[in-house]
Amino acid sequence: MSVNTAHSSVAPRRSRLPGWLRSVLRLRESPLGVVGAFLVGFWVVVAVFAPWISSYDPNDNDFDAGIIAPPSAEHWLGTDDQARDTLSRIIWGSRVVLVISPLATLCAYIVGCVMGLLAGYYRGWVDTVLMQVCNVILSFPVLVLYVIIVMKFGPSPLNIVVAVTFVASPQVARLVRSQTLELREREYVAAAKMRGEPAWYIMLVEILPNARGPLIVDSCLRMGYTAITIGILGFLGLGLRPPDPDWGGMINATYGYVMGGQVLMSLAPAIALSSLVVGLSLLADGLREISLRD
Amino acid sequence: MAEADKTGAPVLELDNARISYFTRAGEINVIPGVSFKLARGEAIGLVGESGCGKSTVAFSIVRYLGGAGRLTGGRILFEGRDMAKMPEPELRRLRGRRLAMVYQDPMSSLNPVIPVGKQLMEVPIVHQGAGEADARRRALQMLAEVKLPDAESIFDRYPHQLSGGQQQRVVIAMALMAEPSLLIMDEPTTGLDVTVEAAVLDLVRDLRRKHNSALVFISHNLGTVVRVCDRIGVMYAGDLVEEGPIASVFRNPRHPYTRGLLECLPVLGTDKHTSPLVPIPGQVPPALHRPPGCIFASRCKHAEPARCTTARIETITILGEAAHRVQCVRALELPPWQRPQAAAPATAADERDADLVLDIDGLRKFYETSTSIFSGAESYEIKALNDVSMSARRGMTLAVVGESGCGKSTLAKVLTGLEKATGGKVALDGSDIGGIRVEDRESQIKSKLQMVFQNPDSTLNPSHSVGFAIERSLRRLKNLTGAAMHEQARHLMETVKLPADFVDRKPRQLSGGQKQRVAIARALAGDPDVVVADEPVSALDVSVQAAIINLLLELQSTRAATMLFISHDLSVVRYLADRVAVMYLGKIVEFGSVEEVFNPPYHPYTEALLSAVPIADPDRQQKRILLEGAMPSPRDVPKGCPFATRCPRKLGEICDTTPPLEHRTNSGHRIACHIPMEQLRSIDPIISTAAE
Repeated sequence: MSVNTAHSSVAPRRSRLPGWLRSVLRLRESPLGVVGAFLVGFWVVVAVFAPWISSYDPNDNDFDAGIIAPPSAEHWLGTDDQARDTLSRIIWGSRVVLVISPLATLCAYIVGCVMGLLAGYYRGWVDTVLMQVCNVILSFPVLVLYVIIVMKFGPSPLNIVVAVTFVASPQVARLVRSQTLELREREYVAAAKMRGEPAWYIMLVEILPNARGPLIVDSCLRMGYTAITIGILGFLGLGLRPPDPDWGGMINATYGYVMGGQVLMSLAPAIALSSLVVGLSLLADGLREISLRD
Repeated sequence: MAEADKTGAPVLELDNARISYFTRAGEINVIPGVSFKLARGEAIGLVGESGCGKSTVAFSIVRYLGGAGRLTGGRILFEGRDMAKMPEPELRRLRGRRLAMVYQDPMSSLNPVIPVGKQLMEVPIVHQGAGEADARRRALQMLAEVKLPDAESIFDRYPHQLSGGQQQRVVIAMALMAEPSLLIMDEPTTGLDVTVEAAVLDLVRDLRRKHNSALVFISHNLGTVVRVCDRIGVMYAGDLVEEGPIASVFRNPRHPYTRGLLECLPVLGTDKHTSPLVPIPGQVPPALHRPPGCIFASRCKHAEPARCTTARIETITILGEAAHRVQCVRALELPPWQRPQAAAPATAADERDADLVLDIDGLRKFYETSTSIFSGAESYEIKALNDVSMSARRGMTLAVVGESGCGKSTLAKVLTGLEKATGGKVALDGSDIGGIRVEDRESQIKSKLQMVFQNPDSTLNPSHSVGFAIERSLRRLKNLTGAAMHEQARHLMETVKLPADFVDRKPRQLSGGQKQRVAIARALAGDPDVVVADEPVSALDVSVQAAIINLLLELQSTRAATMLFISHDLSVVRYLADRVAVMYLGKIVEFGSVEEVFNPPYHPYTEALLSAVPIADPDRQQKRILLEGAMPSPRDVPKGCPFATRCPRKLGEICDTTPPLEHRTNSGHRIACHIPMEQLRSIDPIISTAAE
């Protein structure tokens, strides 16, 4: 009789919003996270609406305005050495970064999660082999690896994705493995084994969703790193083929003028790149902060 | 200070102390007003379920509530001085000198990179300006006083080289170094094994008398308070609802909550047939929504709406009982308290006719550590289970008791197939399953044997709904799908007395007891013959524990399932088991019906365990047997009797060299000991009731 009322007081449900949306809204509890989300959101909007925002075609040469023109009412950030509108090139260039870096991060995560789950769940020789492979990859200087891969296969968005996946997936695998090693000892995993769930099910349904906290934070940071990587490759001439705009390539093409005092056309893409990376880092910090509050 | 001692003024006085935490949600008043006094050398035990404010009160005494907590009303006087107004430097001088604290986890109080002796020496050097040599002498003396063997060698060891019990003794030594006038202990024995706990409790009791320190002792275990303290304070949701001398509170508790606590606590010597456990309905309300009247009213069977829920309840002093105070308007009207008795004591069902469901014979589980190529360390075997035999018939409860490291959890893992046995047989309904991992068991066998786990926070996957776990089990074990599966899941929720709607909730929306109910429902999904329950109630508060125990017993009798109940808590085992196996270092030292095991003849280890259990009843007399040393490492199990190294009844060399044969009686009672049965029979019972 009295047992029946053991559950009489229960936490009232707060809202009917789905869980993921509530988590996103909780981000406002972290001021840094809000700043980060704003910066990232800004660039996402710019990339999506590039054709409508930009007033010029990024590859058009406006010789009326002249090369390396200072900012004016027509060209807010001036023009570059080929008389192209710097602002429009930055706007279009954001598309490159915001497509390639999430895509590359996603690929790195798919490969890394599979490796990390297998290593952490089965341990033993599977773990040894996979982790040694990771160690070998991790022991190379990252930049050298990127350059070798992209030079070998030629600069293209696909090859950049392949290179990032190759370099970043061992790092993801290490993170996933450490989470898996901890989570595999949980009692709900034992319960799943006892009802006869197959190993893939336990890894993907019982373990992986509970590792999502650190993985989401890491993926934000990693997208930032990838954006920097794309910038570096562009700067080294391993980005998109000219004349298509890409922030790293823009800096590369114009940094020679900096000594002459014409800084804007290389400074502007640099600021664009760093604002996106800082935004992603702050977003990661914010996500970490709210996840620690639980 | 000196005059205060002579005049008998209280060392500590809380005068309507009101404590709040300040969060983003605003002020949360967790302690609306607590008052008590503590004279020099007196000990008060604060008890209550988790979240009742015991630790908050303790921390507020030393003004250590962190940034968010503050005393917002009333006064806390220590040796006559107002702690709230004391400047920080003076407070710092006071802490560690006149005031000392001991926490639950000794490792968090000890610095892992400094030898313990050095840490002890710091106390006199920092607080009293003692010299190096003098400090060393006093540290050694203190180590001897806390009964650590070979103080000299302990002195130079690092904390990780000591056992948990030894660490806690070092922390106690450190606290007593400065001869504080007030000692605050927050659950000091909660993480320790029962035999170690008993030794530490006796030590605390003796030392506080010797040093004449006042003691605030916080515990969730009423039994430990009875052992150590003179007075008891029962806390509920931030209120000190009852406070008084141990004897008078336990003989006639006046507050319904105190009564409820005692009624839901199995006391060693009671069992399911004679005195049922009565859980307290509901749960502790959150501090944010404090009702105007009595905060216990919503759970109280004696509540009268008109008087209990209108205004703040005054604390009254019971006439004729010195210093017994209760915060209840109906305290004087309630009839004298009696432990609940079963209307007609049920007799144990005759188990002889039932068929043998589980038969474990000579089960062995050895873990072999791998040889390291780099360190060259040799591999060694850990004998986690060494020749374990026991059996259980349909519908009965077989309990396995023992201290941590005795192999009881390994037994559960081998039975469930999470680990593979090294040798021996486990027959489940006649088919051998011991050497088969759970992945390789047939689905039919899997559904026959299911498990309830220990930790309510890890038993359910936080990413999935509560119903998910049950529905997956139904799908895998019963081949149910779709509507039939949903229907059955809801039905199972009702079986464990949860609303069927709970299937859509996430585990974090449930309390610990509710999660454990879901875990039971999940185990029942496959209609098991055997349920292995590994410490299913040890992480729960006592009132919830009682409800879960009742639920397990009820389900077991209605479904005629056999339960293998693994526990370290002898009171719980005595209460619910039909048969008991006592394990020590991977071996069963005693096996028999619950009556046989808990009465003479005992195995000397069973006897020591029974003498160590803290009993929440000051009228029960308990013989004290103190065990020397700690359980040997399972790496090098003694060659003869596993218990020989600590046995107080050791015969001599034979115990060290020859494994004892089992004495067997006709009823199936087995004791593995060299002492002749006649002699074991003549041992007096450990526990006696003063009234008898």
